Amino acid sequence: MIRLEKRPEPSRLWTATTPLLAVALTMIVGGLLFAVLGADPFEAIRTIFWDPLFHPQFAAYSRPQLLVKAGPLILIAIGLSIGFKAGIWNIGAEGQYIIGAVCGAGVGLAFYPSENVLIFPLMIVAGALGGWAWAMIPAVLKTKFGTNEILVSLMLVYVAQNVLIAMSTGLLRNPEGMGFPGSRNFKQWDAVHNAEIVANTGMHWGVVAAFIAVIAAYVLMSRHIQGFNIRLSGEAPRAARFAGVSPARIVFLCLGLAGALAGMAGLFEVTGPAGQLTDKFNAGYGFTAIIVAFLGRLHPVGILLAGLLMALTYIGGELAQLMLGLPGAAIQLFQGMLLFFLLATDVFTNYRLRFGAGAAA
Amino acid sequence: MKRRTLLASAALALSLGTGAFAQDPEVTAGFIYIGPPGDGGWTYEHDQARQKMEAHFDGRVKTIYQENVPESADAERAITQMALSGADIIFTTSFGYMDPTLAVAEKFPNVKFEHATGYKRADNVSTYSARFYEGRAIQGHIAGSMTKTNKIGYIASVPIPEVIRGINSAYIHAKKVNPDVEFSIIWLYTWFDPAKEADAARALIENGADVVLQHTDSTAPQAAAKEAGNVITFGQASDMAEYAPMPRVSSIIDDWAPYYIDRVQAVLDGTWESTDTWDGIGAGMVGIGDITDAVPEDVKAEALELKDKIASGEYHPFTGPINKQDGSVWLAEGETAPDGDLLGMNFYVEGLTAEVPN
Repeated sequence: MIRLEKRPEPSRLWTATTPLLAVALTMIVGGLLFAVLGADPFEAIRTIFWDPLFHPQFAAYSRPQLLVKAGPLILIAIGLSIGFKAGIWNIGAEGQYIIGAVCGAGVGLAFYPSENVLIFPLMIVAGALGGWAWAMIPAVLKTKFGTNEILVSLMLVYVAQNVLIAMSTGLLRNPEGMGFPGSRNFKQWDAVHNAEIVANTGMHWGVVAAFIAVIAAYVLMSRHIQGFNIRLSGEAPRAARFAGVSPARIVFLCLGLAGALAGMAGLFEVTGPAGQLTDKFNAGYGFTAIIVAFLGRLHPVGILLAGLLMALTYIGGELAQLMLGLPGAAIQLFQGMLLFFLLATDVFTNYRLRFGAGAAA
Repeated sequence: MKRRTLLASAALALSLGTGAFAQDPEVTAGFIYIGPPGDGGWTYEHDQARQKMEAHFDGRVKTIYQENVPESADAERAITQMALSGADIIFTTSFGYMDPTLAVAEKFPNVKFEHATGYKRADNVSTYSARFYEGRAIQGHIAGSMTKTNKIGYIASVPIPEVIRGINSAYIHAKKVNPDVEFSIIWLYTWFDPAKEADAARALIENGADVVLQHTDSTAPQAAAKEAGNVITFGQASDMAEYAPMPRVSSIIDDWAPYYIDRVQAVLDGTWESTDTWDGIGAGMVGIGDITDAVPEDVKAEALELKDKIASGEYHPFTGPINKQDGSVWLAEGETAPDGDLLGMNFYVEGLTAEVPN
């Protein structure tokens, strides 16, 4: 008989190794899946994990693309992780991401076609404020009326999506777009184009912001009293209250921070890689970032690595589709497995596996 | 070879196909799809055309494709990677790939690009689309003749001129045979989302529509109509014959194969040039699927006559007098719509009660 026994405290060894184990299990089961689909499993795994980095034909392009893809994921996930540490479950980063992009783009477009260098910084601020304001809705509702932030923030994603549709087909629509939806193309407007800072590196301002966020979050969570308060609120809410930590303040701080970072990510995406505010620019980054946050164990450095890994599976997955003709659904399944195995192996952090008959639990 | 057999038996439409090549392919043609080839509609027809084109060239052309490519920053990367992988010509088959296609084309001057349903071109970017509104006219005629509740539901996808043209064309021709007809339009802001499409169809039917027209790619509305019974639909982009004779009474079929063969031939011959193609029923790019026996004999005869007249150029679906929704004159008596007006169409014609989303 096999049974689980709760550990007195979470195992440090397992905490560190479960992500690696999850990746390894994903490779094995994913490989089997690819084999069943008629592809060489070793070639498929190599295409996904190795080729984006080292393939002579693609690597020069796809290596920088890793940063482009990982940047917004990391930026959003950092904000989310701080809230998750405090037990505040903001599931609606996608909405904050969208509204940030809409606000930032709107502020920028109001100045079109000025080439003033201050417009772009202003847009970043507007993006952050937009995301922050959107996150304040669940924060206020939670603190004033005790609503559940999971539901409210999630529902607001759908509201945000409709705001985005209304904006991209209405107010912010390109007047020279022949009646087609979508804003002006920011890539053709030098003052606000969030271009690569150094050509062919993938480093745009959003990636820089993501790196800064990683460092700042690390300092906040491990060196700053607010970080301690946040962790305390999550792990022992009653103790936190006795220590004089206001739960409402923590809610506002965590949701606001996550919203502002997600909003900034949206703005960087719209002015950079996406180039245009359309009803589909968002591509689910806000949701994927939740996976990244957990894959990175809510630790800033872990999130950095998890974001890069996630980006790798996206880009590698695309290459596998292209080069091996694997269906897109198989790639999504493969990515889903990663989270599944992570959660599955996570059990061993808190539980020990016992064999043989023992006292009934 | 075992894997190949397995692959074929699993009926996976993998890009390499099943046979061994007689010679090395001279040209690689890539396709970027918005949905999966199994959508039964838009992407399905593009993929059918891709396979026909590949078969036509019998080993001289290799095709590759990527499915489910979102119309976001991911599109640019997908197209770039396809160009890097050695594609000589790339067909990007959804409107939202327009700016990404142009951006990648600038970086790969030696690769030819073909963007479906857009309006921006460059030296190495062509555009192509079909005059779906011609088919919509025939649909409108049948729908207007057959509706008993005088309520026609319309599942619209993304508010671009192509979709608005379709709505106007269907409405004008339904109204011609049935002045009491009303259109309810639901915008989904997506080309492919079976769940949303089915919900929209059900909502329209519950509100009394006994005809459901769709501009989305899946067969979900057909299934919803079948479930409701006594509702008629039309295949969109593809024949969707599995729903004939009811609810599907006819269809608009996109036939891209001749165009793809033509364009790839031009690459093989070294004569490829940037062009703008917009063909309809006459040129065979738009087909009208079999009109089933659920349609009364006389309506079917009229529909076929209308089709012939459009094909021969004798009749233009947008022939005046037509007023805009606000009552202002768009086309005077006998005047036909210039292509420029159609390409940028962002208004409804008089009589439609909804508003164009903006």
